[in-house]
Amino acid sequence: MRSKASLGLKLAALGTLLFLHIPLLIIFLYAFTTDEATYTFPLPGVTTRWFGETLGRTDLWAALTLSLKVATVATLAALILGTLAAAAVYRSRFFGRDAVSFLLVLPIALPGIVTGIALRSAIGSLDIPFSFWTIVIGHATFCVVTVYNNVLARFRRTSGSLIEASMDLGANAFQTFRHVVLPNIATALLAGGMLAFALSFDEVIVTTFTAGQQTTLPIWIFSQLTRPRDRPVTNVVALFVIAITVIPIFLAQRLTAESSDTGGG
Amino acid sequence: MLRRLSTTLYQRPRLVLALLLGPPMLYMLVVYLGSLAALLVNSFYRLDGFTGQIVRQFTLATYADLLKPANLDIIARTTGMAAAVTAADALIAFPLAYFMAKFASPRLKTVLYLGVMLPLWSSYLVRVYAWKLILAKEGILSWFINLLHLNAPLDWLLGLPGIGGSSLALSPIGVFIVFCYIWLPYMILPIQTALERVPRSFEEASSDLGARPSETFRRVTLPLALPGVVAGSIFTFSLTLGDFIVPLSLGNSKFFIGQAVYSHQGTSGNVPLAAAFTMGPVVIMVIYLLVARKLGAFDAL
Repeated sequence: MRSKASLGLKLAALGTLLFLHIPLLIIFLYAFTTDEATYTFPLPGVTTRWFGETLGRTDLWAALTLSLKVATVATLAALILGTLAAAAVYRSRFFGRDAVSFLLVLPIALPGIVTGIALRSAIGSLDIPFSFWTIVIGHATFCVVTVYNNVLARFRRTSGSLIEASMDLGANAFQTFRHVVLPNIATALLAGGMLAFALSFDEVIVTTFTAGQQTTLPIWIFSQLTRPRDRPVTNVVALFVIAITVIPIFLAQRLTAESSDTGGG
Repeated sequence: MLRRLSTTLYQRPRLVLALLLGPPMLYMLVVYLGSLAALLVNSFYRLDGFTGQIVRQFTLATYADLLKPANLDIIARTTGMAAAVTAADALIAFPLAYFMAKFASPRLKTVLYLGVMLPLWSSYLVRVYAWKLILAKEGILSWFINLLHLNAPLDWLLGLPGIGGSSLALSPIGVFIVFCYIWLPYMILPIQTALERVPRSFEEASSDLGARPSETFRRVTLPLALPGVVAGSIFTFSLTLGDFIVPLSLGNSKFFIGQAVYSHQGTSGNVPLAAAFTMGPVVIMVIYLLVARKLGAFDAL
């Protein structure tokens, strides 16, 4: 039996939900403002000309390309390292197994600035020049855990007898991996990978310490936050970034929700 | 050939484990723990004020610098802000989490869950930017306050010493609101998880034994939900401690730890002092995590 929520509780819950979402709606609104120099509300007029202007900005395209490249490589690294770690933790008990999980979670449990300045110290101490790879290496440290968590959760729901059956029927380890294990964890890999991609694509705190003079899209936005120069263009970029990060999250959510309904085991 | 390799691997589980665990652990140990070690080492170096070079010799001079009143002030201000944000987020998050866990139908719960997840995962920077639009002097919040004729109370609030300022965006109040907003989803989800684990039979038993609903809530539900609140507070507290984007985007010239780290490593190239500064959040978080563990917060994560 389910009791009814009081009106006060319902209103409070609704209020919290509105608080979470109204700022996102405001981003949507401002992408269409005619106002160039301030953030005036109500909007003085509505236009779509900033979308065209944004498309023509080469600095933005360069920043976007760099961000996409970094996110792709960091996600690939996370997929490989995360799956390996998940498989190790799932299939055997060994001394220090808890320490593995702890070590993988640490980069997101500690404030991002700690990871950032730590990498910056290491880069400085070893006199490594800032490059594409310094950004990727930083991002991979905190992307691994999203893949690891997703894949480990899937392994735990997959019955071990499937693998034994495959081996009993004469498949070798590689065939078993390709035909039994991989199809089983495919959606978990996809979900974990998308989260890792979104995490990397949006990351700014660690990146400011590992990028040197390079500009990723978040660093471009951050520079506009502290010294607004291109307000209308920033408004459009903000809308675009919301769209591009929300879609994979939504899909990843669907993927993990569906598989937990039908996963069994 | 493959088959023989496969058999060899099957017969040597330790080897397989080493092959699986090797790459990720090597990466994390070398890159991550190695960097943390470099951070610790750097905090014991110092910056030569005249040459601008880092002197790579063991010294406690940088930590002595850190203990100057101005720097202690920064640490106190940041910790205070993190505590205030955590308390406020727990209060704001609880009703929604409680509603989701106890009253929402499965369908509505899925919708609400997505409603919390989307802001959590949608771009952090853009959400900060949204508040720059909202809090701007000519922005929507001022317009709204004007509409409701609330200018006098707002001016009074901004006139308060310590938390006031020349405008909402530039005052600690503005920074506080934005922090609360940005980290709120991190508080809602663990509280909801903890509340869902409170067995309905406990609450029924309490009411059968004659407790009024409010008493049941206060003496049964709330204590059992506490690990969730603590779990959420780990995120809100830790994230506020290390953030420099929000106070740099809004805020005034009074620094937070994150800003201090950012500016020391940047313009002045004083990596040692920046490193020593981050030891503050690290120590605070380690203590926090140990206490949280005692309170059972890790089961609610």
